[in-house]
Amino acid sequence: MITGTVYGVMLNVAGGVEALGEAVNAAPYKAPPVAPILYIKTANTFLADGGMVAVPPGMDELEVQPTLGLVFGRTATRVTEAEALGYVAAVVPAIDVCVPHASLYRPAVRHRCRDGFLPLGAVVPVPAGANAFDIRISINGEDRGGFSTADLARSIPRLIAEVTDFMTLSPGDVLLVGLSHASPRARAGDKVTARVSGAGQVSVRLEAEQ
Amino acid sequence: MKRARVAYAGAVFDAFPHADGLKLSDGRIVSEDAVVWLPPVAKPGTIFALGLNYADHAKELAFKAPDEPLAFLKGPNTLLGHKGVTRMPAGVVQMHYECELTAVIGRGGKHIARADALAHVAGYTVANDYAIREYLENYYRPNLRVKNRDGCTPLGPWLVDAADIADPMNLALETRVNGKVVQSGSTADMIFDVAYLIEYFSSFMTLSPGDMILTGTPDGVVYLNSGDVVVTEIKDIGALQNTVLADDAYYAPA
Repeated sequence: MITGTVYGVMLNVAGGVEALGEAVNAAPYKAPPVAPILYIKTANTFLADGGMVAVPPGMDELEVQPTLGLVFGRTATRVTEAEALGYVAAVVPAIDVCVPHASLYRPAVRHRCRDGFLPLGAVVPVPAGANAFDIRISINGEDRGGFSTADLARSIPRLIAEVTDFMTLSPGDVLLVGLSHASPRARAGDKVTARVSGAGQVSVRLEAEQ
Repeated sequence: MKRARVAYAGAVFDAFPHADGLKLSDGRIVSEDAVVWLPPVAKPGTIFALGLNYADHAKELAFKAPDEPLAFLKGPNTLLGHKGVTRMPAGVVQMHYECELTAVIGRGGKHIARADALAHVAGYTVANDYAIREYLENYYRPNLRVKNRDGCTPLGPWLVDAADIADPMNLALETRVNGKVVQSGSTADMIFDVAYLIEYFSSFMTLSPGDMILTGTPDGVVYLNSGDVVVTEIKDIGALQNTVLADDAYYAPA
């Protein structure tokens, strides 16, 4: 399915930074973020549609956040906003799973990179004429929120331009466009489905780790 | 045994030390200067890196030693071969090297016990994990703009078989800038050693062949200038050379 490196970005849905309130000016952050807050979802996290996500022992709930992956088709280095979308060959619906963590101070490797923590749907070509994608998540059939790519803090072209200013995205690499700051949680036994308008869906079940 | 990966005369080869330079995997003997050195891991997997993993470095930066590894991740865009050139963006004055022992996983697994961990290592190499402190922010720190830049992680020159390194936790490290020693230490001073780190990472994620762990750097960090030639060396593993160039020189037509 995915052959490259998957990058995600925190606080890229409008209102995300504001939701942190005055905390951004206090320790340990000391200032609002300037650059996109990026993280990596490692290859062991990739999980196919219909798979099982393991809830680690001693944990009741995991955060499950719907998002959209942009799959790059050409090598993108220091691209401009105007040309950015031309580098995206396909899109993929995703559920970014993590162990809840309040602090954003240190990289959340052990929270975000457990096996199976990135369920991915089918990779599909960018829908013709798509302006914005509506991204929703449901747990056991009940809608639990989401966002539209029209409401990103950094639009998709702007995000691509800022990210590729210092790091190349190669064919097969994926950039997840953002996460809602509302963070629905699910527990063992729950069925979680992310749907992206025009780009399909991905559905998994949580179960307690054996 | 130790091997490099090089490009020569239109193709990529494994290369081995030879009295007259390098012996390519097709048998040709070539000068070290005739090849382009590539990172020695052909198919890098997950790239783990460590911050504050030497007692002295933790002290130097005025942090207390962490009680769990400060781990971050890097993409393959960061890797660069021996004798490569790394870009120093315009206006940057706080860019520094970090000489790091790198363990390359040969046999994957999950829940690997510390006592068995070193048997999962294929070999060792040297990384220079550059950082640009102007770009540090306190969100998922060290953030990717500091640590995931293209070509900011020279790697090599050699991948040395684990079997040839009797004790990876007792190797002298040294960094020289333009020939002057600026950093020296020993892997013996690591807070979380290679075996611990393999146990730690594999406790929550499956490791695979080609994954690598950059184990952090001791104290002795100084800022670089454009044109500086940086050699990061680890005893018995190799001496990795890199040149830093500011934008005007980096982008000058060659």
